[in-house]
Amino acid sequence: MTLKKDSQTRVRLELSAITKTYPAVIANDRVSLTVRQGEIHAVLGENGAGKSTLMKMIYGVTKPDSGEIKWQGEAIQVENPAQARSLGIGMVFQHFSLFETLSVVQNVALSLPDHQNLEGLAIKIKEVSDRYGLPVDPQRLVHALSVGERQRVEIIRCLLQNPKLLIMDEPTSVLTPQAVHKLFDTLRQLANEGCSILYISHKLDEIQSLCHVATVLRDGKVTGSCIPSQETPESMARLMIGKELPICQHDTPSELGEVRLKLNSLSQNSDDPFGTSLHGISFEIVAGEIFGIAGVSGNGQQELLYALSGEFPLASDALIEVCGQAVGSQSPDVRRQAGMGFVPEDRLGRGAVPQMSLSDNALLTAHSSQFDASQLDPSKPGKMLKNGMIQLSKVTQFANNCITKFNVKCGGAKSVAQSLSGGNLQKFIMAREILQAPKLLVVAQPTWGVDVGAAAFIRQQLIDLRNTGAAILVISEELEELFEISDRIAVMANGRLSPAKKLTDTNIDEIGVWMSGMWPKEKSAKDNHHV
Amino acid sequence: MSSILFATITAGTPLIIVALGQLIAEKSGVLNLGAEGMMAMGAVTAFAVTLHSGSPWLGVLAGMGAGALMSLLFGFVVLTLMGNQVATGLALSIFGIGLSAFIGKPYESDILPTVEAIRIPVLADIPIIGPAFFHQQALVYFSWALFFILVWFLYRSRSGLVLRAIGESPSSAHSIGFSVIKIRYGATLFGGAMAGIGGAFLSVFYTPLWVEGMVSGRGWIAIALVVFATWRPFRVLVGAYLFGGVMVAQLFLQGSGIQIEVPSQFLSALPYIATIVVLVIISRDRNTVRLNAPASLGKPYRPEE
Repeated sequence: MTLKKDSQTRVRLELSAITKTYPAVIANDRVSLTVRQGEIHAVLGENGAGKSTLMKMIYGVTKPDSGEIKWQGEAIQVENPAQARSLGIGMVFQHFSLFETLSVVQNVALSLPDHQNLEGLAIKIKEVSDRYGLPVDPQRLVHALSVGERQRVEIIRCLLQNPKLLIMDEPTSVLTPQAVHKLFDTLRQLANEGCSILYISHKLDEIQSLCHVATVLRDGKVTGSCIPSQETPESMARLMIGKELPICQHDTPSELGEVRLKLNSLSQNSDDPFGTSLHGISFEIVAGEIFGIAGVSGNGQQELLYALSGEFPLASDALIEVCGQAVGSQSPDVRRQAGMGFVPEDRLGRGAVPQMSLSDNALLTAHSSQFDASQLDPSKPGKMLKNGMIQLSKVTQFANNCITKFNVKCGGAKSVAQSLSGGNLQKFIMAREILQAPKLLVVAQPTWGVDVGAAAFIRQQLIDLRNTGAAILVISEELEELFEISDRIAVMANGRLSPAKKLTDTNIDEIGVWMSGMWPKEKSAKDNHHV
Repeated sequence: MSSILFATITAGTPLIIVALGQLIAEKSGVLNLGAEGMMAMGAVTAFAVTLHSGSPWLGVLAGMGAGALMSLLFGFVVLTLMGNQVATGLALSIFGIGLSAFIGKPYESDILPTVEAIRIPVLADIPIIGPAFFHQQALVYFSWALFFILVWFLYRSRSGLVLRAIGESPSSAHSIGFSVIKIRYGATLFGGAMAGIGGAFLSVFYTPLWVEGMVSGRGWIAIALVVFATWRPFRVLVGAYLFGGVMVAQLFLQGSGIQIEVPSQFLSALPYIATIVVLVIISRDRNTVRLNAPASLGKPYRPEE
């Protein structure tokens, strides 16, 4: 306990023994923390540690079961967000609370208490955005904004109410590295002006560079607090996950094999007003490599994934080749038969059927996989379908395999998919695809919402799969992750794909610049081909 | 010519009132398929009250109340108890049609005196247009006023902005401090009240009598109008008058004695078919739909505790 005792700075917010219980879990167990004026206070913890619940109680979205909240020395009950805002508490949500079909100025007007003339408000937005370096056009519709711009709108919306405390819930998960630097400058400027900031994150390096004080949560309890600048990432990780931070073993690429996935200048117009059109996307992935595609979401990743999975069949077969087979206009099933596995970013709904059991969900994609019962691994079942009949015992065996090998926390193969936490369901879906030993695996956001330990495990599994000779395509917003596992990396921006670079030939800063769409013009077609 | 125009406007009026009411409810995210039942209840209540009191205005007021009461029932089930909106709305329609038939049984042989139309001086003297537009029932003028007020409300007022915001994302609206359930109740009640007035127009002004099933699908057409008009008030207006126009044209054709080789049932179905076909054609642009459709339509919202 090394909390800075500085009697000169006033205490803004004091939580004592806050407890919140949901039917299945204790989200917060006697949590106490103190935020001072002008302090950037980190709340550090893994997913599911109770950070978001705690913030929602401060902001009045939910109410604590017991405990006390003191605001500038006075005990208060925060009944609703409107009251929180009138006290001077602003919050920027992880999943933005903006209205896509309304313009920026309309969105801002909605959160201000009094009737505002929209023209006057637009001028005020401009002033705030100039002052804090948050450029945004007040008249644009929100759905046409990039994720970074949307976050600026959220921040401006809070700033217009002159907050004394700003809560930021995982603000950097959707930003480019350059945008993160800019955000930090803004936050430091705010703190210097006396605004307190509660900064929620699980990214240790960010907390080290930004925050004055950190409170660490694990399983709903405060496990410690520290001054990040005096700690190492390892020591904070220990507080956060209770053990050493696992490290991925990324050996040099094994021998490269034949081309497993080939896109031949894929262009696709998006008729969705919120979508992105794809322009001439070409790349090849060979056996034994992990190909990473970086980029801020909303730059065509969704559309590319739909084209790859076969959910939106393309006009011509020749556009996509899986293991040498032209499948552009074929259904997802044909692509799976050709050897492709697929993990969408949306787990409930596209990755798994929420109301069905894990074994049923396993059957959904694994039903026609050619498991060879005579393989060395005796735990692999044989084919799950025989003459059109389901071999139930084999399905269960496969599902149990997925659960034990990937350490999925659940009530067994019979439990319903939606009863699992996001991270555990992701582990199960990854297990289902990886254990089918695909020749090509396409994965979107492999560790989105998965805690640090499990994320490292999943990454390791992907690397191991590559080492067995599979080709893997990873589309992720997390640059650190791509740099940890990829052999080659490319960037998507505005529906175009940059040339691919070997990981050893590039660095985070270069890829970060590319993420805003500024990469050098392609010199020759060679750059885009495999090493 | 003027009389055809006049009849078109009269036939379109109840649809405008009901559909604009539903538009407000749907913009808040509430899909109430009970319009047919609420109209029927509005019609029978208005008829009975007008007959006993002698005042058509008391009748309209009572019809409005009956519609609102029906929608309150609906709101309680879907907003407080989080029931399924589609199933509840269908049940409300069936319930309203049945209950109105039961209440209306003793009134089936009664006829109300015709309510005098209101003539607007000067304007009504314009040839052709004048008598059709400016020598009309009070509720016709009401429907136009309603249209202009709603356009202003939805696109120019803060409350309208809040309503649209709630229909798009109730959870975001809740997190910035709006009471989603209360506002949805308000919108639902408004929809019910307008459906009640629409019904009252039918039984007190349009054909001043009560017959079981006299709403004859206008509630459903009103709901379809809102959807195919992609939740935009002006298109609702166009669709409603289109329906009225074809309705009048086919009645005119059937009554003219011209020998035609088409079954009369087909002609009677024509207004419904024509309205839907035309509206499907205008609403085929997916972008307009995405930008105007309330994203949370029909989905129950439970605020976090």
